[in-house]
Amino acid sequence: MKPAWFDYHAPKSLGEALTILADAGPDGRVLAGGQTLVPMLNFRVARPAVIVDINRIEELNRLHAAPDCLTVGALVRHADVLRNACVREGWPLLHEATAQVAHPAIRNRGTVCGSVSHNDPAAEHPSVLITLDGTVVIASSAGWRELPAEKFFTGMMATALEPGEMVVELRYPRPPAGTGTAFVEFARRLGDFALAGAATTLTMRDGMCEKARLTIVGMGEGPFRARDAEAVLTSRPLGRADAKNAFAEVAAKVVAAVDPADDVHASASYRRHLAGVLTVRALETALARAGGA
Amino acid sequence: MAREQRIQLTVNGRTYEKTVPVRLSLADFIREHLNLTGTHLGCEHGVCGACTISLNGRSARSCLTLAVQADGAEIITIEGLRAEDGTRHPVQQAFHENFAVQCGFCTPGMLITTIELLQENPNPTEEEVREALSGNLCRCTGYVRYYAALREAILADPKLTR
Repeated sequence: MKPAWFDYHAPKSLGEALTILADAGPDGRVLAGGQTLVPMLNFRVARPAVIVDINRIEELNRLHAAPDCLTVGALVRHADVLRNACVREGWPLLHEATAQVAHPAIRNRGTVCGSVSHNDPAAEHPSVLITLDGTVVIASSAGWRELPAEKFFTGMMATALEPGEMVVELRYPRPPAGTGTAFVEFARRLGDFALAGAATTLTMRDGMCEKARLTIVGMGEGPFRARDAEAVLTSRPLGRADAKNAFAEVAAKVVAAVDPADDVHASASYRRHLAGVLTVRALETALARAGGA
Repeated sequence: MAREQRIQLTVNGRTYEKTVPVRLSLADFIREHLNLTGTHLGCEHGVCGACTISLNGRSARSCLTLAVQADGAEIITIEGLRAEDGTRHPVQQAFHENFAVQCGFCTPGMLITTIELLQENPNPTEEEVREALSGNLCRCTGYVRYYAALREAILADPKLTR
């Protein structure tokens, strides 16, 4: 047995889970899919005294597409999102990104909320949530609160979650008509953590870009929203020649703005280069999907 | 809070009831408490795929699941693929006939993953096979022979997905 000892609870209701989490305070951890937490336990990088297994709380297993908003509960697995036709139709960015999360057996167990709560800089879901202007719904025994995605992610594997709190659901507004989206990433081997990635949405009207979102994956502290780059695109006509120039301008801004780290997998300068290349790929794909050039 | 818990689960059609430490992995439970050593443990942190089993009908890493989490679950391991009369599962037979095995360490995980793939997608392209099996590492690097053999076997025998 590799993990250190812990007290194990498998409550059947959210209320019960929140009470246990409140009592445990900073020593408590939520176990959902376990695809990140269990390796951390095995390496003893994490040594929580109390584990709250939420897998038996049926009310958290909710994946619901309303006309204006998609709700993803804390027990929804990557595989559930991938198989959902409403997600593919209405939130294709989420579908495309989820297909690139790890491997099938990991996707069968791992959850979207878990990935967001962990906030690994190379993970897909934090960037997707930001790009789609999503909201994180947080619960504790004291009550519920909601945070916009950008306020939730606070740094390298860090979030705004306080002791005793857990993410209960994510909300993704439906992208408006005329929106094209794309998620691209580059990894050395299929299913590995990405060295870099880009998530984008382009909302087009009459050949003009009405709204742009661009988030870069795998750079430094966590998801990097490229606001300067978005500003370059907003209210700009994106015909064939215009788009080429605009996207090159955006890529240059991204390359200058990102601050990736050197590590054993890739140098900082290579990651920076990838950020530029993937930005252009994502924007071209999103524009074509929006029915543009 | 007790550090041990009583669990009941079905493995390969047989029901077991055991008391286990809460920090015991499902993989160690299957190997050491049930003596079903066909499930192999490589990396023990979810990377290699050797310990992949079927948990309530979906493939899962048994090293990343706690035994207590499997209370009430239905599990199939490599030992459960053979029919009672000893006949191999059609995918097992295809592996056998096409020499899609080298040292055999990764094979149990490869089989569980392949069977799940074929249940969902009975006629996968080579790219889909590679994608589905990307989470199962073969340290003999027997992939090429394996993909080719699998592809051939699928085309030759549509009942593989039984």
